[in-house]
Amino acid sequence: MAMQALNMVSDPDLRKPAWVTGLVHTSVGQVPLVSSQWSRLDRLGSIRSRISAFRMNYRVEPGLYAVGKPSAESDVFVSANYKLSFDILRRALKDINGWILVLDTKGINVWCAAGKGTFGTEELVKRIFQMRLVDLVSHRRIIVPQLGATGIRASEVRKRTGFFVHFGPVEARDIGRYLGSKYHADPDMRLVRFAMPQRLVLTPMEINQALKLFPLIALIILVFFGLRPTGIIFLDAWRDGWPFILLLLVSVLAGAFITPGLLPFIPFRSFAVKGWIIGAAAVVPLLFFTDLLGPGFSVIKASALVLFPLLSSYLALQFTGATTFTAVSGVKKELRIGLPIYICGAVVTLLLLILFKLQSWGIL
Amino acid sequence: MTYLKNVATLVYDPEKCTGCRRCVEVCPHGVFEMWDGKARITDKDRCMECGACALNCEFGALAVGSGVGCAAALIKSMVTGGAPACGCVGDEAGTGNCC
Repeated sequence: MAMQALNMVSDPDLRKPAWVTGLVHTSVGQVPLVSSQWSRLDRLGSIRSRISAFRMNYRVEPGLYAVGKPSAESDVFVSANYKLSFDILRRALKDINGWILVLDTKGINVWCAAGKGTFGTEELVKRIFQMRLVDLVSHRRIIVPQLGATGIRASEVRKRTGFFVHFGPVEARDIGRYLGSKYHADPDMRLVRFAMPQRLVLTPMEINQALKLFPLIALIILVFFGLRPTGIIFLDAWRDGWPFILLLLVSVLAGAFITPGLLPFIPFRSFAVKGWIIGAAAVVPLLFFTDLLGPGFSVIKASALVLFPLLSSYLALQFTGATTFTAVSGVKKELRIGLPIYICGAVVTLLLLILFKLQSWGIL
Repeated sequence: MTYLKNVATLVYDPEKCTGCRRCVEVCPHGVFEMWDGKARITDKDRCMECGACALNCEFGALAVGSGVGCAAALIKSMVTGGAPACGCVGDEAGTGNCC
């Protein structure tokens, strides 16, 4: 009877994915051979995982894979079981013969999983033994992506398994050059970059998150503006409510899209301040150079002026979790100063809105 | 791009450094360079506290307070008093809310 492929043993029902093109016979069993090409489905998956919760379950089975025509001398590359991470690696291994060891990171990318410990020493050591790497290869080198170093202690891996960890380049596309210079990464391969395209690719998720509550908040706005002592008047709700809903959308885009996009060009280092500046720059002209909330200065304009730039600021601060360069101590500092301001702003806005309501009902 | 000044908690003890270069290898922001057989810090403000250097320094020459950096997780922990957690790893209760 033919041996089952290594990774399939635990899950006999697993359907063969399209990117598995065959099986490689080795001394430790059969190993799935993967293509280094992306299919249309792979490309579609990479887009969907950038924009929605689809990525929360975009996974490959952890275990051992082969790419090219690997032998006992070939290198072993470690990856996460987030399919996009795995796909980027296998695409970069075009023209390279190697083994891919996929850790179980619960479907999270290498860097984030390393920060949380699932792409970690324990998991790597466990997989090295489980996949019998000592019998598969004749050397004792293993290439871990550099960003995995946050979770993997190279000295401990060596002590426990005998494998010497080489931290490869940050970007998988540099692997060819890295191997060419005998496991040496140039300084530029060791740096994480965060240019405009890299920042913008993250913004759909930010906007997505921010807009999750949008229907509920829009409804609250409409009810608020429609509210009269006699009941909810739909005409008022729409007439007075829609400018506020528009301002809400504008401030979400200012905080979750424009601020990340223009990040290095906005003055000040604090994300909260950057977000406030962009929020104010977007909202102030709408308030004072259009008739959106009527002419002159009013209580309702004052409330919008307090609320919306602070909302942009708050959303911009959320983006720290997605950047490649913000330190947790800095985020904590921003929150220590920012949170009381956000809370005060919310209270002041609420008081102004109540004042507006009382005025419009003719009570004040 | 650099973040806030003078907040990074990175601490380096050159006495313990053996010049193994691991920190230079793992730092994604070029915070370390080799100088006279030992590592030295070039610009501490570039440190993002990922913790890779401290974890991989066999000789205990480096320490840094690292942890979950998501603002949402930090706010939640400030309010509830628990440890910050993104809620995106380790169980199936992923909320779609992850780095």
